Amino acid sequence: MTSFTVNGAIHSFDGDPETTLLWYLRDVAGLTGTKFGCGQALCGACTVHIDGQATRSCQTPVADLEGRSVVTIEGLSADGSHPLQVVWREINVAQCGYCQGGQIMQAAALLSDNPHPTDSDIDAAMSGNICRCGSYPRIRAAIKLAAERT
Amino acid sequence: MARSADAINVSRRAMVFGITAGALVLALRAAPPANAQATRFGGAAMRGGIKDDPRLFLALDESGTVKLLCHRAEMGQGVRTSWAMVVADELGANLDRVEVVQAPGDESRYGNQDTDGSRSMRHHFLPLRRIGAAARRMLEEEAAARWNVDVSTVATDQHAVVHRTTGRRLGFGALASGAAARPVPLPDTLVLRPANEFRFVGRDRIPLVDNHDITTGRAVYGIDVRLDNMAFAVVARPPVHGGKVKRFDATETMKVPGVLAVIPIAAPALPSGFMPLGGVGIVAENTFAAIKGRSRLEIEWDDGPNGTYDSAEYRAALEVAVGRPGDVVRDDGDADAALARAPRRVAATYYTPHLAQAPMEPPTATARVGDDLCEVWASVQSPEAVRTDLSKRFGLPREKVIVQPLLLGGGFGRKAQPDFAAEAAVLSRAMNGRPVKLIFTREDDLQHSFFHAVSVDRLEAGFDQNGRVVAWLHRTAGPSIRSIFAPEVTHKAAFELAMGAVDVPFAIPDIRVENPEATAHTRIGWFRAVANVPHAFAVQCFVAELAAAAGRDPKGFLLELIGPDRLIAPASLSDRWTYGEDPKLYPFDTARLRRVIETAALKADWGRRRPDGTGLGIAAHRSFLSYAAAVVEVEVGRGGEIVVRQVDLAFDCGALINPDRVRSQLEGAVVQGIGIALLGEISFKAGRAEQSNFHDYEVPRIDGVPKDIRVHMVKSSGYDAPLGGVGEPGLPPVAPALANAIHAASGARFRALPIQARTKPQLQ
Ligand code: FES
Ligand code: FES
Repeated sequence: MTSFTVNGAIHSFDGDPETTLLWYLRDVAGLTGTKFGCGQALCGACTVHIDGQATRSCQTPVADLEGRSVVTIEGLSADGSHPLQVVWREINVAQCGYCQGGQIMQAAALLSDNPHPTDSDIDAAMSGNICRCGSYPRIRAAIKLAAERT
Repeated sequence: MARSADAINVSRRAMVFGITAGALVLALRAAPPANAQATRFGGAAMRGGIKDDPRLFLALDESGTVKLLCHRAEMGQGVRTSWAMVVADELGANLDRVEVVQAPGDESRYGNQDTDGSRSMRHHFLPLRRIGAAARRMLEEEAAARWNVDVSTVATDQHAVVHRTTGRRLGFGALASGAAARPVPLPDTLVLRPANEFRFVGRDRIPLVDNHDITTGRAVYGIDVRLDNMAFAVVARPPVHGGKVKRFDATETMKVPGVLAVIPIAAPALPSGFMPLGGVGIVAENTFAAIKGRSRLEIEWDDGPNGTYDSAEYRAALEVAVGRPGDVVRDDGDADAALARAPRRVAATYYTPHLAQAPMEPPTATARVGDDLCEVWASVQSPEAVRTDLSKRFGLPREKVIVQPLLLGGGFGRKAQPDFAAEAAVLSRAMNGRPVKLIFTREDDLQHSFFHAVSVDRLEAGFDQNGRVVAWLHRTAGPSIRSIFAPEVTHKAAFELAMGAVDVPFAIPDIRVENPEATAHTRIGWFRAVANVPHAFAVQCFVAELAAAAGRDPKGFLLELIGPDRLIAPASLSDRWTYGEDPKLYPFDTARLRRVIETAALKADWGRRRPDGTGLGIAAHRSFLSYAAAVVEVEVGRGGEIVVRQVDLAFDCGALINPDRVRSQLEGAVVQGIGIALLGEISFKAGRAEQSNFHDYEVPRIDGVPKDIRVHMVKSSGYDAPLGGVGEPGLPPVAPALANAIHAASGARFRALPIQARTKPQLQ
């Protein structure tokens, strides 16, 4: 049995210990904001925060989570008011939107480490997150706008 | 059966299907008479046609909330937001009081529902306006009756009807039930709002209706559907198209905790259309267990007739094929004779590989199939195709096959081919009606796509003594999409040839286009912009090569080749398709092509001196009835590294309905075009796709695209003129402009895509 929190609520799991956090969140816990894109740490769609660090949930066995704290896009803010969520809407960053939860979680971790990232900081932090719709120019603009406001 | 209504309430939030009690309209109205003799074009020619009855699409309740049923799939193009804008404007509604509801698949009710061909807005701008205008008229009549005034003295104003002379005002909510009892005005009595009264159409940066859900993780995509007692599945499919299972052993699979069942799926006969490929389904308590169970499956395949498919050999064979004459598909003058007497000839051969659409949300569907009801929730661009297939497959009347599209996490053509929906249904049936969610892993997606067709294009041109191009010969060979539906297809279809092969607008007297034979050895399908991608790549690179051969500036040379401003009838280009539209409404307007070229060049400051190792390339292409030109700036390093510095894309699709979504589609097209130019290829060995995930099928990432993607709108007409498409036409000019820029920067000419895979050895 592994116990951990997701968005502040206590979860425990005693299934196959190899089960990854991604599929636990989506299929067992019913938190579908965390997306599947590649299953191989190649796309970032599954990004969550574990103890504040941006982490690929598709590569994280639930068994490793004992006592740890997971935050998903659903828990980033209570009402969608995180500064990044706000600018994401202002700039209409999303096209299909599928990757955007992962993008926002990755960007949130970036800004909490580095409130005023340069273009190359943004490249370095965000290049693991694929957007097949090609919303990259707006992702960059949104991160900069959020940074400007802090 | 009693469950069908509530069964469909799959998300945690209520979803409404169809317009129910309290709907706006009661009275019946006959459909406008159709002229059976006339050839139909546009939306009217599509299966199911166009419907514009407000009762089907609109509901207004007493709180004043407008519900708008959107019967096209949202896959990032913004259709849900754009439709709300159009209807809100005609209705006089406030946009934030319009709630968009996704329609289930039902073409007999809603008209055609295929979301493809860049035509949702092209076909529906006017019908949506008629829907809004009819409902507005009913609200106005109701208000006028209540005030006992003439209807000509009332007007809508921000979700209310006002009496102009007295300023009296009644909100839409207060008028709802009375208006609903009024007859629907006949279409020819409707007065559409003049464009200067639009409050949303044409306005920039309208917030997406799904913005809040998307940014908070609450948006429900096909992959997010949840039903009680749902199981999860993946399928092991034959690695070769047309193969089947020889034998399998699931002993180890069944030992994986959570695995529930292993279900063989029969392989279809070829050509297999949208049928599942067959194989072995693994159904489990969660997706992780299903994937793990599949990895333990011991399975032996019979590869079938395509087991020797090798895309490198195929390319070589097509290169031989384009060296010889083929079916003549356009023949102006006598290109052979003109070439023979030309004092100078130039020829080049180009290659575009297979590609996988790779939408970020892979193909996915959830099904619950009982004895007398089949329900499917899926990320599909063509829900009616699913209904057709499943009603046949399960022997159910069509109304017992309910297909609910959800948000698509990207489509790019892949989800127009709903093999995955049938897989989910077959597995649910085999599980005695237990709901099953089927997903493609990324490996499945890349290896079992409906692949973008390979194309080999050989072009040859002749110059006269004055350096003018007087002859043009284009041979294009590659498998056709028709090969998935019909046996022994050996040639590109008319619609594929009319995507940039025959419809070149050049003022050259002798033009011939030929299509030598090619047979498909894998599953071919739709990819954003389809055959325009290879044709534009070949034609627009070749034009730049001719300019170089003539020692001319490529932009000036391209404009000269296009020649004087004129309207060209599609038939005179041997274009037998014109994207399904009336050729009289959509002539090839070379002035529009010229203007996008000039705009892109101007904005990119074409002709300015550039540092060594950088260069500008240009390309222009008309597709989906819209005109696009790209100027790309690249820097080529000494080691052959290519950095795309800036892209200027000029675009003319006629009037802009939702400018922000047009821009975002074009920004996305530039990014995808850079990927096609530099990175993407699915290759085959022994019939098997060699790529498996984003490490070997690379797509652009944020650090590989320019910070400056600049999109410039050229508005050529108002809201009364025919519209062009938006989702696809930005893509075709990007790759050739990039290849041309590399040539300008480095002198190296790349004629095969993707370039990055081939640069280093050749540029050093
Ligand atoms: S799904 Fe985890 S990185 Fe792609
Ligand atoms: S918005 Fe569609 S994948 Fe990023």
